[in-house]
This record gives sequence, C-alpha cells and structure tokens, in this order.
Amino acid sequence: MSTPNILKVDNVTMQFGGVVALADFSLEMKEGELAGLIGPNGAGKTTAFNVITGIYKPTKGRVYFDSKDITGLRPDKIAALGIARTFQNIRLFPTLSVLDNVLVASHLRLRSSPWEAIARLPKYNKEEELNRREAMELLEAVGLADVAHEQAGGLPYGQQRRLEIARALATRPKVLLLDEPGAGMSVEEINELMGFICRILRDFGLTILLIEHQMRLVMGICQWIQVLNYGRTIARGTPLEIQNNPKVIEAYLGGKGDA
Amino acid sequence: MDEKIGKILTAVFLLLFFGWLYWAQQNLNPYLTRILILCAINIILATTFNLVFGYTGQFSLGHAGFVCVGAYTAALLTMDITQKKANFFLAPLIWPLNSIQWPFLPSLLAAGSVAALFGLIVGMPALRLRGDYLALSTLGFAEIIRVVIVNLQRVTNGALGLKGIPSYTNLLWSWGWAILAIFIVKRLGDSSYGRAFKAIREDEIAAQSMGVNLFYHKLLAFTIASFLTGVSGGLLANLLSTIDPNAFTFFLTFQVVSIVVLGGVGSLTGSVISSLIYIPLGELLRAVESPVTIAGLHIPGIPGMRMVAFSIMLLLLILFYRKGLMGGREFSWQWFWARVQLVLGKQSEG
Repeated sequence: MSTPNILKVDNVTMQFGGVVALADFSLEMKEGELAGLIGPNGAGKTTAFNVITGIYKPTKGRVYFDSKDITGLRPDKIAALGIARTFQNIRLFPTLSVLDNVLVASHLRLRSSPWEAIARLPKYNKEEELNRREAMELLEAVGLADVAHEQAGGLPYGQQRRLEIARALATRPKVLLLDEPGAGMSVEEINELMGFICRILRDFGLTILLIEHQMRLVMGICQWIQVLNYGRTIARGTPLEIQNNPKVIEAYLGGKGDA
Repeated sequence: MDEKIGKILTAVFLLLFFGWLYWAQQNLNPYLTRILILCAINIILATTFNLVFGYTGQFSLGHAGFVCVGAYTAALLTMDITQKKANFFLAPLIWPLNSIQWPFLPSLLAAGSVAALFGLIVGMPALRLRGDYLALSTLGFAEIIRVVIVNLQRVTNGALGLKGIPSYTNLLWSWGWAILAIFIVKRLGDSSYGRAFKAIREDEIAAQSMGVNLFYHKLLAFTIASFLTGVSGGLLANLLSTIDPNAFTFFLTFQVVSIVVLGGVGSLTGSVISSLIYIPLGELLRAVESPVTIAGLHIPGIPGMRMVAFSIMLLLLILFYRKGLMGGREFSWQWFWARVQLVLGKQSEG
C-alpha cells in the first residue's frame, strides 16, 4: 500500500424518508490532492459534504478520516480533528467583525477556561494574542487585512466568499471542503480564485475537495473529478476523461430521447 | 485616547460612584434608597438576560424561576432561628435549615450556587430545544418552581411565604453585585468564549462547523446567568424581607425582557440606562392608579393602569425605535471623548 487515504467515504447511503439523497457513495482522497465533485442540481453533492462534516448521520456506510472512523461524530468534533468547510450559500456571522469571524474558528484550540478568560490571566492573554496574530496573517493571505474591523455582513460578495475560506483555514484543517466557491463569480474572479485555491493547497498543506458548477474552474485545477447524478456516482476520472464520458454528457444535457 | 486612560477613568468613576453610594446610604431617604436598590437588582437581571439572549441568542423565559430559587435560598440561610420557628407554625422546618443562620455574603453565594445548579439541570434538556420551544420550556420551569415551592411546606413554608428576613441589602451590596455582574458578563462577552456565544446567535450550523461545541457554550452562558440571577434573588429577598411564591410570577420575567428590549438587545449600557429609567418610571406612574378629579369629574383609582401605560410605551418603542436605546452598542470612554470634543468644537466655533 502506498500513501494511506486521508479521507475515505465507504458506501454511504443517506435517506430522508423515502428520498435517497445519496446512494452507495464512496470516495477516497490522498493527502495533497485537489479533487472536484460535480453533478446536476439535486445530485447529492452538498449532502455528501454534510455527511462528511457530521451535519447528517448517514443511514448506512462509514466515513474515515486519517484512518479514524468519524461516522456520526458531532460537527464540532470533526472540525477539531481537521476537516473544515465552506457553505454553498455563504454562512458568515454577519454582525461580527471580519477578524472576529476568523477568531471564532480558532476558539476550538483555546485551552484557557472561562474563568481564566474572565480574569484575563496571562495564560488566556497569551493565547488570545497568538490567535489574533494568526487570524491577521490569514486575513492578509486572503487579502482582507484592510477590512479586518468591518462588519462581515457588509462585505461585497466576493470578499465574503474569501472570508469564509479564511475562517475555515483558521481551524487549521488537513482537509478543506469548498461548496461552490466560484458561484456567482465573473470570469476574471474565477481565474483569480483558481490561483488562490492552488496557492492555499500548497501553502497550508491541504487536501481539497470542491463542489462546483463552473466547469472552467473544475476542469482547470482538479486532478480528478467524481460525478454524481440522482445520488449515484456515474463517473470518476481525470478532467479529460470526464469531459468525454457519454454518461456525464447525458446527465448534464439529458438523454438522447429527451432532445 | 488609549486604553490605559480609559481604565484609569473607569477606576476613578467607580471610586467616586462608591463614595457617593456610601454617602447616599446615610443621607438618602428610605424610599429613594429602595428605588435605587431595585434599579441595581434589575440591572443584574437585565445583564444576565443579555448574556443568554443578547449574546448567545437563546430566548429563555425562566428568569423568575431562578430569582425565586435564589430568594428562598438566601432567605432560609439568613433568617434567625427564632424567626424560622415563628414562620413555620404549620409544619416545622427540616434539619439542617432550622438550626443554622449564615452571614449575608455566603448566603448570597449559596443562593447563586443553588440557582446555577438549577440552571444546569434545566439547561441540559431545555437548551437542546430551539427558539419558541426553549422559551416555552423555560417558562414552564419557572411555573413548576412556583408550584413546588407552594407544596414544599417543610422547606419553603408553602403559600404562607417567609416573613422577617433580615434587611441586609443596602446600596453598597446591591450596586456592588450589579457592577460585578456587568464586569463578568462584559469580560466574558469580549473573550474568545463571547465570540463563540455570538457565533451561535448568528448561525448555529456555521458555528458548529467551525468547531464550536453548541451545547457546552449554551450551557455555560445559561449557568453563569443562573448564578448571577440567583444572587439577585437573594438581594431581593433581603430587601423585601417578606417573600411568597406569588412574588415570582411571569410578570417579573416580563419586566426584565422589557428592560432589555428598551435598552437594546445585546447592549449592557442599554440595560443599565433602561433599568435606571424603567424602575423610577414605575414609581412615577403610580399617579395614574390613584383617584383623580378632573373638572369636577371624579375618576376612581384603577389598579393595574401602570401596566397599561407600560404596555403602550413598549408598543410605541417597538413601532418607532426597534433597536432600543443603544441598539447593541456599548459605552466607551473613546466614544465619550469624541462626543466631548465635538461639543467643545461647536462651542468654540459659536
């Protein structure tokens, strides 16, 4: 066996009542990979993210992170282990400042008790200072340092997306899940985003799985792509293989009979 | 204007304030003193409500229950033994409460601790609920406490209540605790824990996905709030010197919610200012309940008119001033200094 999988989803099925959102979904990622998860609307992509991050407990199947079984763990425990995510429809803390948004994500590393925090003991002050410095560095890395003290809810859309990524990075993840990072972006912004994703992949030693509808982005930077349709995996391969896969074309453009 | 000067100004202000309280203790008439003490007690209640609702976003309506627990605990600990015997003539008080009398401070700490314990017990199941369901279940808890107290004859003297509680609560005690409560809640709110609380208020799913343990942080805010609420109950019991279960109805919680909404949810400054308005206003509005003669027409006093006046006030407030007096902002010396400079600048121009 070569390098072990950092993330392994093993035959996960997620059912909501009679609706099967995800059927026998399997996925394996090695450290340092950048992969894409694509598929038409309602294919189960976000459901897969929600299962991996613990928001949903799968009906069947297991999820492994770093060879540990994390199936059914609470989302905050999974975040602490090293899986962070962003959301399809941005979920910042809108009335908190940009800096505070990032600092919330470093709270999970805080060792000081509430009493030490109230008394502002040296131990707490040291941790707070360290977290602040790190948060500012992250904001600099995503180009938001100059708006650090503004309300997050007031940022323009593109900056909110980047703040969400900075916030996720503040949990110091090993695996980063990006849910449609390029949604609503212009061609130029997409180009910039592609460079940005490749940069954080390298600089932070991440493994990135992203959901995306913007084919430019997915085909441009992903090493491999997995395609979902109606909760089932219909293809997996390099961008070139996926582009020429008849099943994928059918899923996206409709069957021969429909045309 | 840097932080250090702000700290010195705060210290000087507090010193002057406590000096004034010391003076007021001897020189103010009992009626005014009592109103000021009630203001302080309500500041504690508003502050703790702000911790749970304003910061953490958990709408709990159990305040009256925790005040009640604190009041009975402090009362039973501070009353002297002969008073207890006289009070419990239907059924004797159980051991060891019947043979102890504690000084005020340990009694208040015990009141807070017992309330915090109740907070923990109630919070564990209730804080798993959200929104309206949490409000309903905590409201239910407050009512259950009342019913339990009515029926625990040998501990609480039931519906008869407790009389002859020593009047230890004075201006220094009440305002001392009020300032301590503000200090604790403000320090906690500005810390990493406070950011986690606010993150929960803004978006639970995002907070949890960023590693915030929802249940632990909700329970933490709730328990600290319960402790301080219990202490304020103890202060109230030792101010009123007579308590019975009917003193802790939903009306008490309603008053706290009104004060917080009036001051601005999430603003401790707002809570302090609105307590200082609300309580004296309640006294002034006694006028609308007394009989009056207007142009030969005699109108008899209508008890409860004050509440009508308050309700109209609250309605108007919510219609025209939705964010309350402070709208979530806080007082700071920097802000104050900027204002002073503004006013001075205008005067020198004119």
